[in-house]
Amino acid sequence: MHTLIQELEKAQKRTDIPPFRPGDTLDVHVRVIEGTRSRIQHFKGFVLRRQGSGSRETFTVRKVSAGVGVERTFPVHSPVIEKIEVVTRGHVRRAKLYYMRDLRGKAARIREKRDVLPAK
Amino acid sequence: MAKQIKGVLGEKLGMTQVFDQDNRMVPVTVVKAGPCVVTRVRTPERDGYSAIQLGFGQVDPRKVNKPLGDYLRKHGITPRRYFVELRTDDASEYTIGQEISADVFEAGQHVDVTGKSKGKGTAGVMKRHGFRGLGASHGTQRKHRSPGSIGGCATPGRVFKGLRMAGRMGNVRTTVQSLKVHAVDAEKGLILIKGAIPGAAGSLVMIRSAVKKGATK
Repeated sequence: MHTLIQELEKAQKRTDIPPFRPGDTLDVHVRVIEGTRSRIQHFKGFVLRRQGSGSRETFTVRKVSAGVGVERTFPVHSPVIEKIEVVTRGHVRRAKLYYMRDLRGKAARIREKRDVLPAK
Repeated sequence: MAKQIKGVLGEKLGMTQVFDQDNRMVPVTVVKAGPCVVTRVRTPERDGYSAIQLGFGQVDPRKVNKPLGDYLRKHGITPRRYFVELRTDDASEYTIGQEISADVFEAGQHVDVTGKSKGKGTAGVMKRHGFRGLGASHGTQRKHRSPGSIGGCATPGRVFKGLRMAGRMGNVRTTVQSLKVHAVDAEKGLILIKGAIPGAAGSLVMIRSAVKKGATK
């Protein structure tokens, strides 16, 4: 990729995003604009995957809402995100946790990481 | 109905995405535009039409032939790699040696972008002309991507000229019309154009005011 494009992407990146990995439980504060006023909506779930690089990187958060699995993908550096809170660090052995989609109830738990090293 | 077409030559750098003020993601092509120099002004009196000739890019001065080199030296212009003419009715407002850079365009304007498309080599009719091919099943044998019939039998007894068939695809001059300029960085000479433009990264492109979006006054 051309260095001028890399510079352009660097300028788009946000610095206030905490480091997080697949398996971590996040509370994503999303700015929602309804008509003229805007409010904050929370989307809480675990990180299913991170994809892409630079300013184009995205992550997917999965949660089970009223028995139905809900997944939402955000660009990491999107201005729509007010704040990302890392609730817990999960112990997982995959980068993409697609197997979690087939698991229900007790099996669909992610072990919490004991020794929280400074991730990434 | 005087057409005042503005234009600049540039190098396609590649694509990326940026966020607009409504927080939506916009796919953009980044073009390093200019600096170009006006090397000739065509007037209706002398040339029969009105246009400006733009020069762009670097070239080894030793490799420029004498007629062109002498012409440029006469006007005090360093040799350029590419020369392209731009038809515009207000050509008389330009002077030879004038610099043209990315700031001729501003965000929100519409432009036409011309370049040379990527060569695809020999391509079949499905890729080259968008034919649908034959069925995937129902007994189709070894003919899934073929064009099917190419004409009649004894009448007309030949294949019509210009019938679309497989062959060389791409590597031709292509124009994409009415693209929106997302942003202009005059300092770095970058133009961000919403959407894709022809050609590979690093290839020459010409950006002009859009013909179909209010270029005529």
